[in-house]
Amino acid sequence: MNRRPFDPRLLRRVPAARRDLAVLAVLGGLTALLVVAQATALATLLATAFDGRLHQQALAGFVAAVAGRALVSWAQGTVAARAAATVKAALRADLLGAVGRHGPTWVAGQRAGQLATLAGRGLDALDPYFTGYLPQLVLSVTVPVAVLARIVFADWSSALIIALTIPLIPIFGALLGWQAQAATERQWRRLSLLGGHFLDMVAGLPTLRAFGRSRGQVDVVRRMADGHRQATMKTLRIAFLSALVLELVATLSVALVAVPVGIRLLGGGLTLSTALLVLLLTPEAYLPLRAAGSRFHASMEGLTALDEALTLSAADAPAATAEPRRPAPDGRGEIRFEGVTVAYDRTTALRDVTLAVRPGDRVAIIGPSGAGKSTLLNLLLGFVAPTTGRVTVDGVDLAGADLDAWRRELAWVPQRAHLFAGSLADNIRLGAPDTPDDVLAAAVTGAALDEVVDALPDGLETCLGERGHGLSSGQRQRVALARAFLRDAPIVLLDEPTARLDSASEAVVLDATRRLVAGRTALLVAHRPALLADADRILRVEDGRVTELHTAATGAVAPR
Amino acid sequence: MAPSGTPEPPTTALPGAERAVLRLARPYLSRLLGAGLLAAATEFAGLALMATATWLLMSAAGRPPLDRLTVAIVAVRALAVSRGVFRYTERLAGHDAVLRMITDVRARVFATLAARRETGRRTGDALSRLVSDVEAAQDLLLRVLVPGAAAALVSVLAVGVAALISPPAAGVLAIGLLVAGVALPALASRITRRAADEVAPLRGALAVDAVDLTHGAADLAAFGATGAALAAADERAGRLARLERRLAATGFAVDALGVLVAGLTAAAVVVVALRAEVGGVLVGVLAVGSLAAVEVALALVAAARQRTQLRAGLARVADLLTAPVPATPTDAPVPGTDGHDVRFSGVTVRYRAGAAPALAGFDLDLPAGLRVAVVGPSGAGKSTLAAVLTGAVRPGTGEVTAGGVPVSEIPAEHLPRVVGGLLAEAYVFHATVKENLLLGRPDATEADLVAATRAAGLLDWVHEQPDGWDTVVGEQGGQLSGGQRQRLALARALLAAPPVLVLDEPTEGLDPAAADAVLDSALAATPAGHSVLLISHRLSGLAGLDEIVVLEGGRIVQRGRHDELVARPGWYREQWLRQEAAERGYLAITP
Repeated sequence: MNRRPFDPRLLRRVPAARRDLAVLAVLGGLTALLVVAQATALATLLATAFDGRLHQQALAGFVAAVAGRALVSWAQGTVAARAAATVKAALRADLLGAVGRHGPTWVAGQRAGQLATLAGRGLDALDPYFTGYLPQLVLSVTVPVAVLARIVFADWSSALIIALTIPLIPIFGALLGWQAQAATERQWRRLSLLGGHFLDMVAGLPTLRAFGRSRGQVDVVRRMADGHRQATMKTLRIAFLSALVLELVATLSVALVAVPVGIRLLGGGLTLSTALLVLLLTPEAYLPLRAAGSRFHASMEGLTALDEALTLSAADAPAATAEPRRPAPDGRGEIRFEGVTVAYDRTTALRDVTLAVRPGDRVAIIGPSGAGKSTLLNLLLGFVAPTTGRVTVDGVDLAGADLDAWRRELAWVPQRAHLFAGSLADNIRLGAPDTPDDVLAAAVTGAALDEVVDALPDGLETCLGERGHGLSSGQRQRVALARAFLRDAPIVLLDEPTARLDSASEAVVLDATRRLVAGRTALLVAHRPALLADADRILRVEDGRVTELHTAATGAVAPR
Repeated sequence: MAPSGTPEPPTTALPGAERAVLRLARPYLSRLLGAGLLAAATEFAGLALMATATWLLMSAAGRPPLDRLTVAIVAVRALAVSRGVFRYTERLAGHDAVLRMITDVRARVFATLAARRETGRRTGDALSRLVSDVEAAQDLLLRVLVPGAAAALVSVLAVGVAALISPPAAGVLAIGLLVAGVALPALASRITRRAADEVAPLRGALAVDAVDLTHGAADLAAFGATGAALAAADERAGRLARLERRLAATGFAVDALGVLVAGLTAAAVVVVALRAEVGGVLVGVLAVGSLAAVEVALALVAAARQRTQLRAGLARVADLLTAPVPATPTDAPVPGTDGHDVRFSGVTVRYRAGAAPALAGFDLDLPAGLRVAVVGPSGAGKSTLAAVLTGAVRPGTGEVTAGGVPVSEIPAEHLPRVVGGLLAEAYVFHATVKENLLLGRPDATEADLVAATRAAGLLDWVHEQPDGWDTVVGEQGGQLSGGQRQRLALARALLAAPPVLVLDEPTEGLDPAAADAVLDSALAATPAGHSVLLISHRLSGLAGLDEIVVLEGGRIVQRGRHDELVARPGWYREQWLRQEAAERGYLAITP
């Protein structure tokens, strides 16, 4: 876990931000000079005012310094915000790009939620880091140096006090900051747990309601929220304590400097303008350090998100871009599984599977749920790589092939298709946005989606909500079928395409599936018998092992 | 049970939402007030420290005897310490009060959502937005009201003290403070609002992109659409970045003006005070004090920005914050768990005005203990029937009674003790197998769990898992296969065992042999005297049921026992033959 206020990976990852950060450094130097100029002018102005006179030049100098600071502070904010925007855009692209590089199995499950949150709310937490913390970080170096340099010339003994006390701020800050950071990290996990819990509960409300548990869960939600409160207060107590120590160091230092200076003034060992200069400049020396400290806490959420984003997007895709990929095999070649075993963390999905699928074969895959049927399809899709053994098509090992090009040879109808935010037409045109309307219409008809389209308020242009809510699972399935029709690929992979349809629609979809399968190689995972009638071969998957069944028995009972 | 309340207009004005937050904060008002006063004390101590130190130095320049300065020396030291202590206490008190309030708010928002009968589904973006919108209430108090009030109070005090020294200088200071504390915040608020209006839609769209790219990763990859989707998201992220860069230039102009106002005020105070012939020492005090006071007032700019940024979030959850607290009805008689006769009389349901009814004048008697299957083509109204019976959908006309009591009059939290079971799209929680099951019946014993899980055919799987009952099933049941998820949902329904058990496609996603076995064992596991309403598109395993109702277009077209229906021409017989032929073939090849 990164504990530094600035993560050097950032510069490597987002080179575009370098120039903005360099400009920020220059502006920080300018600010320091202007702070000194402003204090010098004000001290002179007030020292003259002590005698009841107005020092015209000092007044003009003070106003000019103030105007300069205003201008520089505007530039600082603007440049910092520009850097934030650049970095966020680059990291978002990186994060989402990681999804593309790693493939769907890497994303599945918990990580999907984490990625989606991070690319949204998580990264926006970087704004306070860039616009609040980073400029202060620069000032916390430049301003104390400039102030000390000025005071050394004016009154070296005050400079000594400042020089001795200033390091206390970063030292205390670091000591307490570590504590606070560890606590924030704990809280971040807890927060996402809480967020996940609240989300899970609200998403499952219909089910909770169905069991009369929705009200009972109110207490659970309250308990979780209260746990969150306690965790937060624990973090804050430490974070605020560090702020207290830093503030005390700073204000007491002002007192430490002002009181002796006053007493020396009494003795006539010091001019009033020097004394005032010391008084006005002393707090300025501590201010940026303290501000940086307190803003560091405020931007820790952003830093944690940054760390998570850099780590997630940097995770090496297994042999993803290492070597140029071999050209993809032709989908009209023979598919061979050679001694393929697929082992997941807990289970072995396939054990030593060897089989060949000739072009044009229509292969039904049956077997109890969880036996490994979907894994067979995932291997072909390249979502899963064999733990041992290999899958070849037309003699080409899929492990080394250009997967994007290979997938062009496939049309896939998953068990539960994702519907994207966008129009129904866009959802069907997935991967082929330029499809002409007549081809789209043919796919809609092919998938027996016409009646669904007719029932929607805007037909094909109806916008499906986030994740495609608004369609029943059966309708969703037909959208997936329509995608497959549009794909027009030599190999079709169907994962229980009729699982969610009733017998009547099943008949319609089956007709469609028959048309889809005609003249192509097809692998159909089937729970439903109706699909089997059209298969040339039937494979039974049980316990990760695949056996071929003799198909003589099926031909006679085709249901029509 | 209180009626779920008339929904408020969706665009509740901001003041309404802010008032709602204040109302919710009322139990913690004294803590908040204390925090506000402490915040003011903190700022005032800082201001006084600089002013006193200036007085000390300038007086010292006049070479008075040392004892005339002792009070000032002590004051400087005391103010230096007290400022930090005030700040620490203020922050702890404020955060504690606000976090306590947020706990209430979360619980309340959930309770309000839970009390609504309609089954609105929200996911991803909408849900995480809900979470952060609720947090807006926290920021409104902590970052707007408390610091805003403190800054205003200190400004007034500063002008008051300055007036004691020199009324003209106080006038100048007041003008500076008004610009810094009123005009600039108003300007900042306007700029922030304009910026937010432009940024918010892009951020929302980007969040949806993120959800699509992650949750739809498999679909995108399979169809070679990952690149295009990524490009679209990148383009949006780029547009957002350009917009943010452009907006920053105007946004930070306000901060620059703040620096300018502080300096100009101090300069003007010096000039005016000298003209008014204020003593030299006090000119210095006024100048340094004014500089510090304007800086305190500038905190109002940040507060105004915060307030504007919170506007949209608060408005979104306003209806949840202002809805009346759902009553906790415990007075209503708890229905017994004996058999309940269910009767549908003339039930009509129309989802959209003008659309064909999902159920049209539907009548059905389901005496206690009867087991009935409802079959029919997709869209015939089967799931609507289940929804009406379980109270999720209120019929337009007609009514459903259970034990003679209209379902709509049974309190929502008691209804599941009468009618319930496995409904469409049952949700599996990101929790353990056991926790998911216990939702059906929290007081179930291990033996109950085993029985229900065995009947659903999931027991072997549970035993195979290293963690057994404590296996975590993952986000939306993601670690389970479709079949396992279905069996888990079925086991939960069987465990709940309401007297009227609704099973909506209980064997969906299972292969026929498993489906038949599970249906048989599930029906066998249902206690005698309990009614069953089975909704199915599969026609096997129905021979043992007391009655089968064939639904088409929201009406009953056929009814009878399995044997009778198979013997008569009609939809049922046709489907049965089709399925039988196919399944025999299937069974013949199953070793």
